[in-house]
Amino acid sequence: MAILEMQRINKSFHGIPVLKNVDLSVEKGEVHALCGENGAGKSTLMKILTGIYERDSGDITFKGQPVTGMSVQQIQRLGISMIFQELNLLNELTVAQNIFLNREKVKKGMVLNEKEMVSRTAELLQEAEHIDPAEKVRNLSIAQKQIVEIIKAISFNAELIIMDEPTAVLTKNEVDILYSLIGKLKAAGVSVIYISHRLPEIKEICDRITILRDGEKIATVNTADISERDIAKLMVGRDIEPNKVERADGQSKKEIFRAEHITSGNMVKDVSFTLYTGETLGFYGLVGAGRSELAEAIFGIRPKETGELFINGEKVEIKTPSEAIARRIAFATEDRRGSGLFPERSIMENMTVIRHIKTKTPIIDKREEKQITKDMQQALRIKYASERDEVIGLSGGNQQKVVFGKWAAGDADIFIFDEPTRGVDIGARKEIYAYINKLTREGKAVMIISSDLPELLETCQRIAVMYQGELRGELSNEEATEERIMMMATGIERG
Amino acid sequence: MKGFKSLWKDHGYVFALIVLLIFAAIASPQFMTQTNIFNILRQTSIVGIIALGMTFVIISGGIDLSVGSVLAVCGVIILLLQNEGVPIFLSILAGCGVGMAIGAANGFIIAKAKLAPFIVTLATMTIARSLVIFLSDGSSIIGDASSDFTIIGNGKIGPIPIPVLIFLAAILVCHFMLQKTKFGRYVFSVGGSETTAVYSGIKVDKIKILTYMLIGLTVSIAAVIETARLASVSSASSGLYYEMDAIAAVIIGGTPLTGGKGTIIGTVVGIIILGIIGNIMNLMNISPYLNGAVKGIIILIAVLLQKRGK
Repeated sequence: MAILEMQRINKSFHGIPVLKNVDLSVEKGEVHALCGENGAGKSTLMKILTGIYERDSGDITFKGQPVTGMSVQQIQRLGISMIFQELNLLNELTVAQNIFLNREKVKKGMVLNEKEMVSRTAELLQEAEHIDPAEKVRNLSIAQKQIVEIIKAISFNAELIIMDEPTAVLTKNEVDILYSLIGKLKAAGVSVIYISHRLPEIKEICDRITILRDGEKIATVNTADISERDIAKLMVGRDIEPNKVERADGQSKKEIFRAEHITSGNMVKDVSFTLYTGETLGFYGLVGAGRSELAEAIFGIRPKETGELFINGEKVEIKTPSEAIARRIAFATEDRRGSGLFPERSIMENMTVIRHIKTKTPIIDKREEKQITKDMQQALRIKYASERDEVIGLSGGNQQKVVFGKWAAGDADIFIFDEPTRGVDIGARKEIYAYINKLTREGKAVMIISSDLPELLETCQRIAVMYQGELRGELSNEEATEERIMMMATGIERG
Repeated sequence: MKGFKSLWKDHGYVFALIVLLIFAAIASPQFMTQTNIFNILRQTSIVGIIALGMTFVIISGGIDLSVGSVLAVCGVIILLLQNEGVPIFLSILAGCGVGMAIGAANGFIIAKAKLAPFIVTLATMTIARSLVIFLSDGSSIIGDASSDFTIIGNGKIGPIPIPVLIFLAAILVCHFMLQKTKFGRYVFSVGGSETTAVYSGIKVDKIKILTYMLIGLTVSIAAVIETARLASVSSASSGLYYEMDAIAAVIIGGTPLTGGKGTIIGTVVGIIILGIIGNIMNLMNISPYLNGAVKGIIILIAVLLQKRGK
């Protein structure tokens, strides 16, 4: 019997539909995988289930009862708990204090009964006895924290637990601990919705799998009846053939940048690649693959344990962003507001900051600033009323163009663009692609990190694929298909 | 109407000053005399100069609580050296050097150890005050009241008191630095988004250290004027609560404590508003003990208005 039925769920944001008539049905004691590319609608669906978002239409039934208009707390009391990627534990409290947070056991109506909370926690933890209920959460490993989250969910008498990418940050050993805990939940009749990009994992522990693509449910199948390859196919399966990338013809391909054996923490492991003049190299990978971290390591934001960088064949040391900028590298990050722009400063100030860094004069020439801003406005077709307006007032696409403009005005040879079109509408997107083509025509080298496969196929001559910090391979635009890339990005195949 | 609203939002402090001036002129006939106006300007020049440095620090996202105590330290050093026979010019240089060195130390610890500016400068404030008490053996350092040095604090050029001229020069220099130089731009950048500043290749640590050195310099200039005026430094009262007045002036002048925005002009208006309030209360024979209460209320009103303007 199904414990959860979600039927014909619809949801739009600002008029753009993100879920279209999605159905999801979960059996009692089942581990049910929810799969799809970034942006397929998995998180939105789960946020609707847990009451964080309101659905536009559709029915939800849990244990035979309709779930309508309930708060997050009410839904939790009903028996649905979600464990988020960013864990919600308080580091300075003990395991027991965290589990009983907001429903502390008390003596005489007011004094905390720590003893009872600890012993109750110990009962709950019996299966994972290597965790001490009186230990501060700060001192636990990430896997242990996750177990505490799961125990906490169980202590709410949860009958359905949602896990969002639970293994993204775990080591192999920790993954095994998590699997055995999931096995026990199953045996106790608790259902699990398991969100993951990692297909081998899904094959191992899930009973059924529901695949979402572009906000629609594509299929629900028994995991035993489908190959990883077919899951990957269903995840991407678009029928639109992307435009082929513009070739920088007539130019001899010249190496401009080479990275050798870059390792940085857990997120980047022994990555080597080469950039050529007049060429775009795309980096694909799923969340947590380590692409942004690779860019940060190159740009001197993240320390490199090993690895060497070469520019025009010459070995260079880059330990800070200012060294990278001096080496004519530009890095437009994925977080525009957080690390790309000064949101409350003017468009002009944002546009000229890299130029100022690169020139020596201590005094600012406002006329020159105006000219630079105007040039970039024309080159990128940025729409704004006055260059003195705060940049935060612009649309996402125009903000992104200002980020592009600031780096272009600083005159670099090597451009790294991380998610250059995230949150950008179609029109601005085309203009950004055109600008990237213009850069390569001028002989610049461009590295594009994107989670949007068609985008990479449309803009890049070569596509490198990362999986869990490793470079899994590199495909030329001709050999690259969405399926092959997805096989590499989900860890099934090496290039 | 929209134009007026944004004018109010950005320059509300100017309206406040105008209202205050009209009120003062009506309340007391002595207010609008040349002597009184220069008196207000002279009285505000010392904390005013500090507030100029404070504007840079607050725009960069920091704060400096140590300015009052550091002013006393610089004053003590200047007078002690002069009493030992060191030439006036050299004693002034030494005072400025000490002020900038303390600022550099504050900035270095804040930038490199990544400690909260509030904590670091609170510690410096305590240390500096204690040094002053130690150097003056718990009382005061008395200088030579007939020395040429005292002209800096008491002299006039034409009708204008020298401290006011120094204040004016400092205003012009600081305004230029904030608006027309890359240093000023980077101060806004660091306060606007430190992460973006780092990613844009701005040497954030260097900028922070420089802003604290700059406020150290303004504090030591203020110390020169203050000691020249009184020819003495009291360990108990010299520079006391100057940090509060300087911060208040910056905030009344429209610079948010969160940084990233602000103007020198705003701060100047802020300090003049504070000066006028003290002056009117004096002219109207209201107890000076209530001065702080009125200032506090003005600060609250200023911040509330700025918030509503948003």
